[in-house]
Amino acid sequence: MIGEIIKGLGTTLKHLFQPPVTIQYPEVKRPVRYRFKGRHELKRYDNGLEKCIGCALCAAACPADAIFVEASENTDEERYSPGERYASTYEINMLRCIFCGYCEDACPTEAIVLESNYELSFYDRASSIYTKEMLIVDVPVNGKPTPQQVEPGQFNRSIPDMADPK
Amino acid sequence: MQLNTLSQLAIYSLIVGFIITFVVITGFAYTTLLERKLLARLQHRVGPNRAGYIPIPSRNGKERRILGGFMQPAADAVKLFFKEDMTPMMVDKWVYFLAPIITVMPAIFILAVIPWAGNVPYITPENRDYFAIAPGINVGVLFILAITSISVYGVVLAGWSSNSKYAVLGGIRASAQMISYELAMGLTVLVPIMLANSMDLGEIVAAQKGMWYLFLQPIAALVFWIAALAELQRAPFDLLEAEQELSAGFTVEYSSMRFGMFFLAEYMKMIVFCALFAVFFLGGYRGPFVDQVPALGFLYTGLKIFLGLCVMIWIRASLPRFRYDQLMSFGWKVLLPLSVLNFMIVAVMIVLVEEGVFAF
Repeated sequence: MIGEIIKGLGTTLKHLFQPPVTIQYPEVKRPVRYRFKGRHELKRYDNGLEKCIGCALCAAACPADAIFVEASENTDEERYSPGERYASTYEINMLRCIFCGYCEDACPTEAIVLESNYELSFYDRASSIYTKEMLIVDVPVNGKPTPQQVEPGQFNRSIPDMADPK
Repeated sequence: MQLNTLSQLAIYSLIVGFIITFVVITGFAYTTLLERKLLARLQHRVGPNRAGYIPIPSRNGKERRILGGFMQPAADAVKLFFKEDMTPMMVDKWVYFLAPIITVMPAIFILAVIPWAGNVPYITPENRDYFAIAPGINVGVLFILAITSISVYGVVLAGWSSNSKYAVLGGIRASAQMISYELAMGLTVLVPIMLANSMDLGEIVAAQKGMWYLFLQPIAALVFWIAALAELQRAPFDLLEAEQELSAGFTVEYSSMRFGMFFLAEYMKMIVFCALFAVFFLGGYRGPFVDQVPALGFLYTGLKIFLGLCVMIWIRASLPRFRYDQLMSFGWKVLLPLSVLNFMIVAVMIVLVEEGVFAF
């Protein structure tokens, strides 16, 4: 019995001199896994146009009914996204969202992606509704902010021919 | 220091007692921090490091933080004081209020006889041999054994008065455990008494000038240490507050600073028993150069107490809790016979050495 006790004490003593595994959270963040499903982001093409075309398939696919999309017409003078329509309102209720990722699967233009941000905390229920301004990513370096003025006939298709229209 | 009349000595003792109690209560606060930090490191964690740190600016602009968490005890104390002090329905009010006080007081009383240093010039009274609150009590060990028994009352009364089945069970367990192990401890303490031929703690320390009793009597030291752990209700004998079974034992109905007082008593007794272990087996305040510079005694006592606390925490991190019947059978069937046997062998050996059969 005494041998085992000494062995156990030796084991714990050995662990005393090993570095701690704690990650000091607010200062140091642990990187999330590749397939982690965090807060949604609305993506843009490289030229700055929004990928979201306001089709509301994500809202249809959402099992928790967390997404609300309202679409408006695009014109060549005020173009937000390729094709006829864009999402003028895009809201996700983060209290309803279950982070299943079905919206990501449903999206025909790969506009909505569940990214790595998991710091979703707020003080009141009204703050749980994340608007389009909060969800959309920043304009890329070479892109222009929306609405853009474009030449007619350039972005007629909702799903562009190229992966990244210039 | 010249102290002639009894009243002068009394005032002196009062002042010294106040200072020592204050220092040990601060020590209690930092013992909790030591426990949390060391336990964390033993489990690959960091421990509390947010409340108070000293920032050191380094060259690459990133500041380094050292001594993280050194204000944690203060934060804990503030938290405990400002919590709501609840009194459950149907408790026995007087006993309920008195129990924490009865638990804390013995822990503080024992401080009176512990020799903290040798005869330090200017602060030790001239006609005394060592520095303590009450130096020269010639039945110091008896005093300690008597006082430690009192602390059982606090536990039992707290359990009984709380009007809760968990508290009663915890109190009963605690009292049975403390009484069982007190016996083994009392018999072990006889060994240093016989070797030093005195019950005065200062003289027990002085008798260890040549060799610590730890090396002379390793079995006695081991039994004393185990009994002390049981007496303190520390792991692996902490089954009176076995969280899985009793939630928190006899303290379950206490809140706020009243709970804090049980906490205080537990950690104060840890410090006190480490000091006693140092006195009985580690040569107390004795160490290198202590004869030339008696003030070093404070350092050595503190160091030995610190080491003892570290070992207690280390044991807590390593060993699982005893089952109740294992605890009892270990106390009565192993520790008690072992200490009796050891005590008898030591007694016979001392007589043989005195008769000149062995040269020692």
